[in-house]
Amino acid sequence: MTYAASTEPLYRLPLGDWVDTAIATITSTFDGFFDGVKTVLLGGYDGLALVFTGPPVWIVALVLVGLAFWTKGWKLAVGALVGFAVIVGVDQWENAMATLALVIVAGAIALMIAIPLGILAARNDRLSGALRPVLDFMQTMPAFVYLIPTVVIFLTGAVPGIVATIVFALAPGVRFTELGIRGVDSEVVEAGQAFGATPGRILRQIQIPLALPTIMAGINQVIMLSLSMAVISGLAGAEGLGRDVVAALARVDVALGFEAGLGVVILAMYLDRMTSALADRAPVSRALKLAAV
Amino acid sequence: MTALRAEGVFKVFGRRPNEAVRRLRDGASREDVAGLGTAAVIDTTFEVTPGEIFVVMGLSGSGKSTLIRMLNGLVRPTAGSIILGEHDLAKVSAAELRDIRRKRVSMVFQHFALLPHRSVLDNAAFPLEISGVDKAERRRRAAEALGMVGLDGWEDSLPSQLSGGMRQRVGLARALAADTDVLLMDEAFSALDPLIRSEMQEQLLELQQTLGKTIIFITHDLNEAMHLGDRIAMMRDGRIVQIGTSEQILTEPADEYVATFVADVDRTRVLTAGSVMVRPKAVVFAAAGPHVALRQMRDEQVSAAYVVDRNRKLLGVVRDQDISAAVRLGPVALVDLTRDEVSAVSTDALLAELFAPAAETPLPVPVIDARGRLVGVIPRVTLLDAMTPTTAEVAVVDPATDPSDAYPIAVGPDLDTELDDLRLTTTGDPR
Ligand SMILES: Nc1ncnc2c1ncn2[C@@H]1O[C@H](COP(=O)(O)OP(=O)(O)OP(=O)(O)O)[C@@H](O)[C@H]1O
Ligand SMILES: [Mg+2]
Repeated sequence: MTYAASTEPLYRLPLGDWVDTAIATITSTFDGFFDGVKTVLLGGYDGLALVFTGPPVWIVALVLVGLAFWTKGWKLAVGALVGFAVIVGVDQWENAMATLALVIVAGAIALMIAIPLGILAARNDRLSGALRPVLDFMQTMPAFVYLIPTVVIFLTGAVPGIVATIVFALAPGVRFTELGIRGVDSEVVEAGQAFGATPGRILRQIQIPLALPTIMAGINQVIMLSLSMAVISGLAGAEGLGRDVVAALARVDVALGFEAGLGVVILAMYLDRMTSALADRAPVSRALKLAAV
Repeated sequence: MTALRAEGVFKVFGRRPNEAVRRLRDGASREDVAGLGTAAVIDTTFEVTPGEIFVVMGLSGSGKSTLIRMLNGLVRPTAGSIILGEHDLAKVSAAELRDIRRKRVSMVFQHFALLPHRSVLDNAAFPLEISGVDKAERRRRAAEALGMVGLDGWEDSLPSQLSGGMRQRVGLARALAADTDVLLMDEAFSALDPLIRSEMQEQLLELQQTLGKTIIFITHDLNEAMHLGDRIAMMRDGRIVQIGTSEQILTEPADEYVATFVADVDRTRVLTAGSVMVRPKAVVFAAAGPHVALRQMRDEQVSAAYVVDRNRKLLGVVRDQDISAAVRLGPVALVDLTRDEVSAVSTDALLAELFAPAAETPLPVPVIDARGRLVGVIPRVTLLDAMTPTTAEVAVVDPATDPSDAYPIAVGPDLDTELDDLRLTTTGDPR
């Protein structure tokens, strides 16, 4: 008897039903809007995917290796070259490029939302306070849960993946930007004010440049989260490494799972090193490094 | 004429600032209104004259930074007005305030506040960039300002490549490049080590002499305050308790707080020879004979006297035994017996510079004015007295407050009457 009682909860909050209804209502009400979003995202993604997969493999690979050389140096370039050779060798190049396109589109949009939001939050304590629980929620909700409503709204393919990725990757972008701007030496900001600079100039010439290393760390986080979400997007049918990982899981195909997974690892390392190298190239970081010599 | 005027200025941080100001005006203390907010600055009124270095000093938390930041609107006063030119900083709009900051008042910061990613030159040019000066012109003016602070050749370096003292020079050059009449400096030298600090102080004094800027300088180092300040405002718990020259603060502290504050200051670096000198006891004119000199020394019970010429220019010192020996041998001119071994000091020499001359001779150290005229002497006791706070008040009397003829000796119109006195004593001598 007591056991039976414990399986029968005292009360049941129909939160899930509410969200379901809400999503259904949103879907039908903003149908036109979502269609627009879908067209834009798909356009961006397809275009970028074409850039990566259209030309011969070696040209694209060489450009990516060249970028690595430019941002960091020959070590990263060599690493990238070896990594890409492995990806091509396990026949995951097309998938990797599709994933890369998704990461770039979603990451770029996430940053376009996150950075301004972070700047606003840094200037406004109320906004910052209101954003905090929202960001916590976004960061801790299991990643693939985002896929469910986006699939409802956008159906399958790359678009639900991109949207879910944007939502999932947003939080660190906002957080790091706010942190960076708030962390700028207040005396330097005051110096700008004391010489009569407008708030806009203070933002452009003092706060953003000085916060850039921190903002760059946020960008790195956003890109890395985007990649992990892009892989999960395979569940929603987005093309790329994720789809093979999902397929391997379904078929218990260890070989395919390993090869697609390796592709993710290599891509992750490439993106991580590239974005952190960019952070080192921020003028402030360079100035400080110069002093240390 | 005033460069800047603060009238009944209050600043209360907190939830109910206006209520706090009302109560403070009714006589409440800082603690009484603590529940309403932090009363950082309470009812301060002062004027700064153009070309003056006005030092604000006080203990940590006494409201110095809040006060200086109200002078360029970084902090808005809760009540009262701050008049800069034709503006009241308490009332101007944000746009007007920016304009005032560009044209009228600039600031030097404690931790330099330079932009780390910009070259020294671009840092110094930053205020001009803000004002919309074109690139060539602002670089030229910034380079000129850097030259003034002795940083030629460092234009292309980054701030992080410079030492602390040099960084603050960039901060100073930046403020100079802005070319405003008023310069605010909040503990500008506090982050520097002592040697660099005094170097910077000297440089600031030099620049101020040539450029005639009005400087409001905050420090909690009394020696720095006394060295730099034409006038010093002493702050305590948000209020200004005394405004005066270094010597006034030192010799007539307004209250116990100021007195304790100045107790351990190195007085020998603040007080000048002119402020402690006394009337010379024995002065003889070169034209007078040896007998006159001897007699005068006997009257004053001294064994040596200073010899001056008609214009009271100091020629040297003459000793009684020299005269006695010489007169026995026959007639002799006083000048021939005068030794020029004494080293005189000028009226604005600091007491610290007097120890060497005082050690050289048992005579009081003679003090001369710019034209070399003997205007006073400093006996060793006076020198020692002046160094200790308690007796200094007795030994030093401000001429403005005590015009009695004892001392210090006025240089100027009084001189003639003094000369007459001396003539009287000399002519009255029966040969
Ligand atoms: N923005 C602020 N908000 C709240 N209280 C403040 C603020 N700025 C200053 N105060 C308070 O006002 C009082 C005076 O501070 P202020 O910084 O003016 O003192 P100070 O004389 O410059 O001290 P220090 O020598 O430590 O720099 C302090 O009690 C301080 O805590
Ligand atoms: Mg302060």
